[in-house]
Amino acid sequence: MEMAWLYGLLGGLLIGTGGAVLLLGTGRIMGASGIVGGLVDGTGSDRGPTLVFLIGLIGAPALLTFGGWAVATQATSQLWLLILGGLCVGVGTRFANGCTSGHGVCGLSRLSLRGLVATLFYIGAGVVTVSIVRIGFGI
Amino acid sequence: MTDTTRVRGFLDIAGQWDPTLAFVTGGAILPMLLAWRMTRGRVPLAGGAFPPSPVQTLNRPLVFGSILFGIGWGLVGLCPGPAIASISYGGWPGLVFLVAMLAGMWAVPPLRRMLDRQTSHA
Repeated sequence: MEMAWLYGLLGGLLIGTGGAVLLLGTGRIMGASGIVGGLVDGTGSDRGPTLVFLIGLIGAPALLTFGGWAVATQATSQLWLLILGGLCVGVGTRFANGCTSGHGVCGLSRLSLRGLVATLFYIGAGVVTVSIVRIGFGI
Repeated sequence: MTDTTRVRGFLDIAGQWDPTLAFVTGGAILPMLLAWRMTRGRVPLAGGAFPPSPVQTLNRPLVFGSILFGIGWGLVGLCPGPAIASISYGGWPGLVFLVAMLAGMWAVPPLRRMLDRQTSHA
């Protein structure tokens, strides 16, 4: 797609604005894995704001789809890949205490050393994984 | 972030590298830089307190957790935010990934206890 970088930048600005509103409004760090993980394992506090956040996260693309905009996604339909990938992401982000939003966006923007280290390791592991599965298995 | 081809394209530096995700991250960091500045000397609008200064201790869960997350991210191209959002457009592949991810998250507290026991016995 032409101008993909511009759409990326605009989308990023929206994500960051969402994080800024959440932070300045409630004092919470916008981390997707922390928000949903806390709900799943019962460690989270403030269920109300958490549910509102999740409704927004699911509802916004639902509205886009409803309005006729297709949300691009091309996830594999290989069952074992989906399950293995999901497990890795779930276990990994909870051990690391954050994902692309918490460590990548909120952590890097406050110059957190843990955020930087996490980001370097997950991008590094992602690069190695993509290279191995693409070159080795053609996935 | 929802398009798994773009995410995996960003990670594919050995092939056809797609830099779009760098613009997403950069774009997201800008408003957050401003927001963190605005927290100084203030309290959140809804009351309470802002998060304390970031902890700077690096440990094994951070490193190994991030590596595991990166592997899953590279395999499918979904991270937690888009995995949740994909409920409304991702079809069954998105749902399978989400359920597996939630199961993984749910398993972490008992896994942590198990690992703690092992290291304390060692």
